[in-house]
Amino acid sequence: MASVIEETPRESDGVLARLVRPVRWYHLVIALVLLVFPFVSTGFWTVQIAAQTFILGTIALSLMLLAGYGGMVSLSQLTIAGLAGYMVAVFGGASGGLGMFWPPIVAIPLAILIATAFATLVGALSVRTEGIYTIMITLAVGMAFYFFVLQNREIFNAFNGFAGLRPPPVLGINWRQPEYFYFLSLTVAAFGYFLVLYLSRAPFGLALQAVRDNPRRMRALGFNIQAHRIAAHALAGFIAALGGVLMVWLNTQISPGSVGLGPLISILIIAILGGILHPIGPFIGALIFVLLDNFAMQLIGGDRFNTVIGLMFLLIVLFSPDGVLGLWKMARERLKASKKPSADW
Amino acid sequence: MTLFVLTVLNGLTLAGLYFLVASGFSLVFGLMRNINLAHGSLYLLGGYIGYSTFRTTGSWELGVAVGALSMAVAGAVLQYCIFRFMEGQALRQTLVTIAISIIAADLMLWYWGATAYQFTTPDWVRGATPIPFLQLAYPTYRLFVLLSAVVVGIALWLFLNKTRIGIMIRAGVDDKDMLDASGVNVQVLFCVTFAVGAALAGLAGVLGGSYLSLAPGEDMRFLLASLIVVIVGGMGSIVGAAVGAVLIGLTEQFGLAYAPSYAPVYTFLILVFVLAFRPQGIMGRPVET
Repeated sequence: MASVIEETPRESDGVLARLVRPVRWYHLVIALVLLVFPFVSTGFWTVQIAAQTFILGTIALSLMLLAGYGGMVSLSQLTIAGLAGYMVAVFGGASGGLGMFWPPIVAIPLAILIATAFATLVGALSVRTEGIYTIMITLAVGMAFYFFVLQNREIFNAFNGFAGLRPPPVLGINWRQPEYFYFLSLTVAAFGYFLVLYLSRAPFGLALQAVRDNPRRMRALGFNIQAHRIAAHALAGFIAALGGVLMVWLNTQISPGSVGLGPLISILIIAILGGILHPIGPFIGALIFVLLDNFAMQLIGGDRFNTVIGLMFLLIVLFSPDGVLGLWKMARERLKASKKPSADW
Repeated sequence: MTLFVLTVLNGLTLAGLYFLVASGFSLVFGLMRNINLAHGSLYLLGGYIGYSTFRTTGSWELGVAVGALSMAVAGAVLQYCIFRFMEGQALRQTLVTIAISIIAADLMLWYWGATAYQFTTPDWVRGATPIPFLQLAYPTYRLFVLLSAVVVGIALWLFLNKTRIGIMIRAGVDDKDMLDASGVNVQVLFCVTFAVGAALAGLAGVLGGSYLSLAPGEDMRFLLASLIVVIVGGMGSIVGAAVGAVLIGLTEQFGLAYAPSYAPVYTFLILVFVLAFRPQGIMGRPVET
C-alpha cells in the first residue's frame, strides 16, 4: 500500500530547502512538458486528451485517496462528481431556460458544497460497515442515483439531462478556448495532486493510514476512527466535486448516461490501472484510459472498446494488483537486483 | 383500492424475482465470502441462452431448464477457474468480477444486439386469473413467478436444512476450516454451491425475461437489486433475502405507483435506515472484523 515516509525533513531546514529537496530532474521535465504542451499541440489533443486526462484523473484521485490511504474502495466517486455537475446545471442554468440562472459565483461553490455534503453522508453510511460492504453500499448508492436522475423530471430533467453548460467568462476570458481550459484543468488537477501528496505526510493522513492498517490499535490509542474515515470521504468528495464541475464544462452536457454504471466503473478502472500507491497513479491510469478510449477503435476495429478495457483491467488485477505503478516498481527492483547480484547472497 | 391491490401484487411478483436472483448471490457470499459482482451478468446471460433455446426449439419449458443449467455450469467454472485462486481476497474478487461483467456485457451486446427480447409464455400460464372478492383479474404468469419463487424458497430451505450437502454448506458457513478438517472436499462443495447460486440467477433470467424483457442494462438492474436486497436482508441468510426482497419489491412498486419521480429514493432510504440501525442487515449476523 501507500508508502508513508521516505525521507524525513530535518527540523533545522528552512521551508524552501524542505520544498526543494525531493525535486528530481524528471519532475522539472514533466512540469516543462505540461506547460509547453498546449502551445505545440492541436485543440483535440489539448482538450479531448490532456484536459480530459486531468479531469478523469482528478476524480480517480479522490478514489485513490480513499482506497490508498483509507483502505475504503468507494464506487460512488463519479456519482459525487456527477452530482456537482448536475448542481452546476441546476443552479447555474442550462440551455432551454432550464435551471435557476444564479450567478456563477454562487452557483459553483454551492454545487461543490452540496456534492461534498452528499459525499460526507455516503461516507457516514458506508463506514458503518467494513471492507467489501463499503464497495457494495457505494455501488448501490451510485446506481440508485443513476435510476433517480433517470426518473426525476422536476430537478434532474430525467432522461434528457442538461445541455449547453459552459464555463462562465471570468476576467473577460472565454474559458472554452483550448489553452485556457487546459490550464484550468491542469490547475485543478495539480491542486488535487499536491493536496493528496501533502496529506500522505500530514498528521491527518498518517492517522488515516494507521487506521487502514490497524483500526483496533488506533481505537485503543484514542483515535476516533469513524470520524477519520468520514473526514476522508468528505475530503475525497470535495476533490471529486471539483473534477465534476470541470467534467460538465468539458462535455457541455450532463445526463443520466454520464453517471451510469459504465462511467462509475471507469473511474475504478482508471484508479486501479494506474495504481493506488501514489497520487500520480490515477493520472497515469486516466491517460491510458483516455488514449485507449480515443484510439482503440482504430487499432482493433469495430466497437468492442469495453471488451478491450475489460480485458486490460482483468490482466492488471490478476497480475499486478498495484497497477502500472506496481509494474514500474517491479521493473525497477529487478533492474537494481541485476546490477548488484552479490547483494543478496 | 384497485390500484392498491394491483400494486401489492406487482410488488410481490417483483419481490419473487428479486428473491430468486438475490438468494443465489447471498448463498455464494454466505458460504464462501465470495463477492460475485458478475451475478447480474449470470441473470442476463441465462435469460439470453434460455431465449435462444426457446427460439430454436419452440419450447419455453426447455428454455427455462437450459437457461438455469447453463448458468450452473458457468458458475462452477467461475468458482473453479477464478475464485479458487483468490479465497479471502475480497477486493480482488470484486475487481475481477467487475472486469468479467464488463466483458460479458459487451460480448452479450455483440452477440444478441441491443434489441429487447421477450418470450411467448406457454398457454398454461397465459391469460389472467380473476381475484376473488374484487372485480379484478391479474396476469396468470406473474402469479406463476411468485409461486415459483415461493417453491424455490422452500426447496432451498429444505435443501440447506435437511439434506447432507445442505448441512455441509451450513457447516462451511460457520467454520470452513473445521469442515475441511473433517474430511469434506470443500472445493467440490464450493463448486456445487456456486452452481446452485448461479442456476438461480439463470432461472430468474428466463422467468424475468418472460414478463419484463431481456435487454442490455438488465444485468446491472438485477445486480443492484441483489445488492440492496442482501444488504437490507442480511448477507448469507435465505430468510433475510426473502424479507429484503419483499421489502424492496413492495417499496419499488409503491413508489412507482404513487410517486414515480422519486421512486428510487425510497429504496435508498430503506438502505439508509437499515444501515443506520442494523448495519448487518435485518436477518444478518454481525460482521466479524
